[in-house]
Amino acid sequence: MARLDGLAGRLREIVGAESVITDPAELRTYDCDGLTYHRATPGIVVLPDTAEQIAAIVRACAADGVPYVARGSGTGLSGGALPRTDGVLIVTSRMRRVLAVDAANQRAIVEPGVINLDVTRAARPYGYYFAPDPSSQQVCSIGGNVAENSGGAHCLKYGFTVNHVLACEVVTPDGEIVELAEGPGYDLLGAFVGSEGTLGITTKVTVRLTRLPETVQTLLAGFDTIERAGEAVSAIIAAGVVPAAIEMMDALSIEAAEAAVRCGYPPGAGAVLIVELDGPASEVDAQFARVKELCGEAFEIRVAADDTERGLIWRGRKSAFAAVGRISPDYIVQDGVIPRTTLPEVLARIDALAREHGVRVANVFHAGDGNLHPLVLFDGAEPGAGERAEEVSGRIIDLCIEHGGSITGEHGVGIDKAKYMPRMFTDEDLDTMQMVRCAFDPAGLCNPGKVYPTPRLCGEVPGRRTGVHPLVESGKADLF
Amino acid sequence: MEVVDALAKACEVRPGEAGDAVQGATPAYVAAPAAVAEAAALMGTAAEHGLTVVPRGAGTKMHWGAPPDRCDLLVDTRRLGRIVEHAAGDLVVKTEAGLALDDLRGVLAGAGQQLALDLLPPGGTVGGVLATGVAGPRRLLYGSARDLLIGITVVRADGVVAHAGGKVVKNVAGYDLGKLFTGSYGTLGLIVEAAFRLHPLPRAAAYVSATAAGPGQALQMAQALLHSTLVPAAIEVDGPGPITVAALFEGVPDGVAPRAEAARSLIGGRIGDAPPGWWGRLPDGEVLAEVRALPTALPDLFAELPDGRARIRGSAGRGVWHVALPADGAGDALTRLRRHGTAVALAAPAGVRLDRWGPIPALPLMRRVKDQFDPGHRLAPGRFAGGI
Ligand SMILES: Cc1cc2nc3c(=O)[nH]c(=O)nc-3n(C[C@H](O)[C@H](O)[C@H](O)COP(=O)(O)OP(=O)(O)OC[C@H]3O[C@@H](n4cnc5c(N)ncnc54)[C@H](O)[C@@H]3O)c2cc1C
Ligand SMILES: Cc1cc2nc3c(=O)[nH]c(=O)nc-3n(C[C@H](O)[C@H](O)[C@H](O)COP(=O)(O)OP(=O)(O)OC[C@H]3O[C@@H](n4cnc5c(N)ncnc54)[C@H](O)[C@@H]3O)c2cc1C
Repeated sequence: MARLDGLAGRLREIVGAESVITDPAELRTYDCDGLTYHRATPGIVVLPDTAEQIAAIVRACAADGVPYVARGSGTGLSGGALPRTDGVLIVTSRMRRVLAVDAANQRAIVEPGVINLDVTRAARPYGYYFAPDPSSQQVCSIGGNVAENSGGAHCLKYGFTVNHVLACEVVTPDGEIVELAEGPGYDLLGAFVGSEGTLGITTKVTVRLTRLPETVQTLLAGFDTIERAGEAVSAIIAAGVVPAAIEMMDALSIEAAEAAVRCGYPPGAGAVLIVELDGPASEVDAQFARVKELCGEAFEIRVAADDTERGLIWRGRKSAFAAVGRISPDYIVQDGVIPRTTLPEVLARIDALAREHGVRVANVFHAGDGNLHPLVLFDGAEPGAGERAEEVSGRIIDLCIEHGGSITGEHGVGIDKAKYMPRMFTDEDLDTMQMVRCAFDPAGLCNPGKVYPTPRLCGEVPGRRTGVHPLVESGKADLF
Repeated sequence: MEVVDALAKACEVRPGEAGDAVQGATPAYVAAPAAVAEAAALMGTAAEHGLTVVPRGAGTKMHWGAPPDRCDLLVDTRRLGRIVEHAAGDLVVKTEAGLALDDLRGVLAGAGQQLALDLLPPGGTVGGVLATGVAGPRRLLYGSARDLLIGITVVRADGVVAHAGGKVVKNVAGYDLGKLFTGSYGTLGLIVEAAFRLHPLPRAAAYVSATAAGPGQALQMAQALLHSTLVPAAIEVDGPGPITVAALFEGVPDGVAPRAEAARSLIGGRIGDAPPGWWGRLPDGEVLAEVRALPTALPDLFAELPDGRARIRGSAGRGVWHVALPADGAGDALTRLRRHGTAVALAAPAGVRLDRWGPIPALPLMRRVKDQFDPGHRLAPGRFAGGI
């Protein structure tokens, strides 16, 4: 690809030869994110150090009409950071400085490659932490969190990344550096967070820090059936308690977690609930007593006496995704949302679906806000098993839509779920959302092909397309 | 066909009167759609006839924002006043945009729930609150309208109905148009429905308020509360002369009482069941500005005020304040305040010349967003930042 060869030369001038990767073997290490069944080897990988370099890279790509994709830690679960073979992958892993911790004003300023947990590590000495806590927080980047509007177990009470970002410095698809923040004018910051890398690349993020709570109380409750556990969740919400987290696991996911980390959950449980409250001691003590009462149907309740015991309770939950690897050679992690009150019905329907297709589904979820993570288990070696699992996984998404929910609560649409968008939104809805895309990126070079199944035509786009499109070159497509 | 006949096909319409004027621009027509489909038909007809359109809810804030360059059609949203769905078990409500927040509050309270926006003056509508993006003291704990909004339905300039978000709290599918429309002053489209996450009504509340000797001490008091583990729902400051710092605690009775006591031991003053009289009200003055700055900039803001006749009131925890200024010298005061953050003149008497918005770093991008949503610049033209 002659076009990319020329571009690689220009990128070396911008960032230095050692920061541009064109060696095919090295390029392949970037060919997927956490969703490994979508793969594409990037044309070029570039590892910039500064916002100015990213701006220059984006301008160089724009001049040549070459698409580009940002990548943080590559833990995304929707193929959002899937590279383009005909494009450039811009990796932020060298931009890992915490630039400032301003505890007096409850904020920190960080580069996009900073690991989520490192923000909390930097803030903790001041009595603060960064509230969004995806299970991947030991590896995922803040830039990725911003792009995906990531959540975590504690977002029931504290909200998602978007509620904790005060400003983003962004390299726009024009190659300009702008600051998006709350203040005069449109809330472009609100539109940018969660846009999955399609509106520009964030190069500096000002995050809100949250005061560490005075007290945390955690309990683990074992129930005979998942229905009973679900009733306890409803009772807690109806009582006006807002726990920091309520997580549920069913028998199959408990079995997996036992096999993987020996978490020692109550034997024989049809479901377990983890309920965590945090805040001022006087509030938490009163509310926690109430929660224990409301879990009265549980056959066993364990209360964590200290942080170590709390860690043990959470260990099973946090390991759940990886743990199913112990009981099944392959699995699909689904991410969908339903109104919480429809939980019993939807779980029954998932169960019926699984039986009908002869696959097993382990259920792990953020029960407080109805965010389901069904794990569809299969053996790739068995002919047709992958297709059946895929079918069940897709039907679960249909169930979520049918019940007034969403096709994704936190993992994003990416490449993987773009095809489901028309089931949740009308053509007009998608067209209207893409007006924002057209305002930011009329040429459609910034992470193209993600989120929306059909790109919107943006009207008169600066005529930048040069050279022959690779699909045309390879005979796979025609230009009309 | 006469324009008025065409409009009348869509919904109820009447000629505009002097009382309908939007900052001096009297609309030719006032239309009041009673359903989303009517609103869509109305906007479609307005597009065909090239009419400029300004939405109006209860009309309490029509003097906010710059005067529109033109206003052919005023869209009165108050007949769009239904609660579409209150899913109490899911802590979610979906309403039409013309619903008065007071009416909503009553319904939600019946279920022990609330939309955690402090909107005290009667009348204001869901659409008006979103379009102006205002928030009160409890923004410290609950965030502002943008943080509580989970889904939105809008009618575009061309009459097309579009949705974003949904009716579940957790949802990352597609762009968050709700945030884009929040604070857009009717310049991007007509908001017709909105869905919000709700919170349980607290069972107890207490206010702690104390007088500060000066701006420096007010900052110390606010910081003491902010960095405590007492989790105030609000930390407000009002001044000068005297400067008061007050905090709100919400929760269960056994929790609130000791927290309020602990707060009093930090800042002194008194504990009460009711807020200070100024709490959650906009300060009175000829020019009303919204100022955002670092919370620690509080003494600097006080130092920039013209002597005697100005007032600062707002969230000392979040760093968002309303500032009332005398018209005379307001422009200079805004310029000085902008050394520490942003300052937007929300309302100013006709004829006062000032830069309402100040510098806006991303203005070119905002113009492009406007051009996409409203290529003919017919929606509330001239009302917004940078002449948008
Ligand atoms: C085991 C496991 C558990 C997980 N648990 C959770 C969970 O609990 N909650 C949750 O929400 N997610 C979870 N995830 C998903 C994932 O970790 C998050 O989506 C995370 O935010 C991605 O961060 P990343 O740095 O890995 O981003 P990447 O995967 O590198 O990229 C994700 C997206 O962000 C874009 N992007 C990256 N950097 C930038 C930038 N600087 N500017 C603009 N766009 C950018 C990319 O283009 C891509 O579209 C989990 C993943 C795994 C593997
Ligand atoms: C702390 C605090 C204190 C306050 N104190 C006061 C007070 O003392 N007195 C007071 O009067 N107000 C006060 N307010 C503000 C007031 O409550 C809201 O701004 C008001 O509710 C707006 O609603 P409305 O229906 O009257 O809007 P309108 O005045 O009808 O409209 C406001 C703006 O929104 C646009 N708009 C309205 N509806 C729509 C729609 N559906 N789609 C698109 N654009 C739309 C209009 O074009 C206009 O630009 C206060 C707010 C806060 C946060």
